[in-house]
Amino acid sequence: MSPLVESVVRFLRSTVGTKVLMALTGLALVGFLVAHLAGNLQMLAPGGKAPELMNAYAAQLKGLGPLLWIARIGLLGTFALHVALAIRLTALNKAARPVPYAYESTVQASWGSRTMILTGSVVILFVLFHLAHFTLGFTHPEHYALHDAQGRHDVYNMVVAGFQVPAVAVGYGLAMFVVGLHLSHGLGSLVRSLGLSNPRLRLLTQRLGVAVAILLAVGFALIPSAVQSGWIQPSTSVEGSNK
Amino acid sequence: MDLTLNVWRQERADAPGKIVSYDVPGVDEEMSFLEMIDVLNERLIEKGEEPIAFEHDCREGICGSCSMVINGVPHGPQPETTTCQLYMRHFKDGDTIFVEPFRAKAFPVLRDLIVDRSAFDRIQQAGGYISINTGNAPDANATPVNKEASEAAIDAAQCIGCGACVASCKNASAMLFVAAKVSHLSLLPQGQPERYQRVLNMVSTMDDEGFGACTNQSECEAVCPKGISVSYISRMNRDYLRASVSTPV
Repeated sequence: MSPLVESVVRFLRSTVGTKVLMALTGLALVGFLVAHLAGNLQMLAPGGKAPELMNAYAAQLKGLGPLLWIARIGLLGTFALHVALAIRLTALNKAARPVPYAYESTVQASWGSRTMILTGSVVILFVLFHLAHFTLGFTHPEHYALHDAQGRHDVYNMVVAGFQVPAVAVGYGLAMFVVGLHLSHGLGSLVRSLGLSNPRLRLLTQRLGVAVAILLAVGFALIPSAVQSGWIQPSTSVEGSNK
Repeated sequence: MDLTLNVWRQERADAPGKIVSYDVPGVDEEMSFLEMIDVLNERLIEKGEEPIAFEHDCREGICGSCSMVINGVPHGPQPETTTCQLYMRHFKDGDTIFVEPFRAKAFPVLRDLIVDRSAFDRIQQAGGYISINTGNAPDANATPVNKEASEAAIDAAQCIGCGACVASCKNASAMLFVAAKVSHLSLLPQGQPERYQRVLNMVSTMDDEGFGACTNQSECEAVCPKGISVSYISRMNRDYLRASVSTPV
């Protein structure tokens, strides 16, 4: 093996290297969430502009062609890698303490930090449902089939119709709480894993991490809440959308 | 005060162990935790029973020998305090106290509360040294060290290698120990020649010994009798990244 390959292999096999990869994939996924939320918030555009904005945005994304597929595969790969690394680290960490304490105690580890595997598992289930719901249209094909006057995929009315189902809206709300909890530890943790923390930055990055986690979770949960409260109404410009 | 102690008893490394309950009446609140166990042990010996095996040396809070988990917390409930410096006045009459050995695959139990911590020695041997020339002592001011670096190095050097960080970590990770040992040399000019090889070798030995990975929960810092900050772990990660980029094998 060349020295470079050996160096890379050593890095990837080490616990520190694995944590760095965990942090990088996590950071990439947070980057995606920020972009995703920015797109979603167009649902709340005032003055009846939301349907046009949303459907045009969706059509634009779909129109990216090969770029869209590169992004999708990259995102899926990042997600899969994050999950695979989590499984590897959890197995390693469990093996490091074969005999548990009879008296378990926690001094200062946060709730979020102690539930990462649990919240992460819920996020996987949520993502599967979310893809089946809005991306693939398996769960509510009647919402997925909607098209607007220009013949574009009517994303606006699909989302409104989707969140008018109370169980779906509540499910999404709970899922966003779980995402927020996961990120409340993940964001501060990734700064430390990447070696970017120091005594002066520590408290700031930790609080900033929690703040961004809350902002993201609340931001995403705003849309089902807005539909349920009637703030967002179905757009009537499209036939058959207001069932 | 009268206490009930639930203590892990295990005859030898390969024997099964179990929690055994002992009534300990008449404990003086001025006793240290170890003195309280001394008293219990004398009573056990008088009754012809095997005393509880535990490690201790200086009983002054600096040697890092005492190693027990008291109600789920290594070194007990007082912050920045070793078990030998923990006094019974921090407990109440009628308390039930669990006393267990440090739990980690890399720290196998030898007997009762004694664990084998030689994994730490092997990590130290992998990189806890610097190269200096023998002969006359160098001039004291020949190598200037800036104040910030010297303070940070000395904070890290306070680590007594007791292993409480491993015992408290949810993943039995040794990152705080290794980070302290890596940092205290790497912060100083004398530690620069081996800086990158040191972090690579010490992390690799740590992984080989079967310690877990860091999940940044800071439990280690909370129980460290010397109050070593988890920020050293981030510093070590930074050094490890730099070493991986700049030092092909």
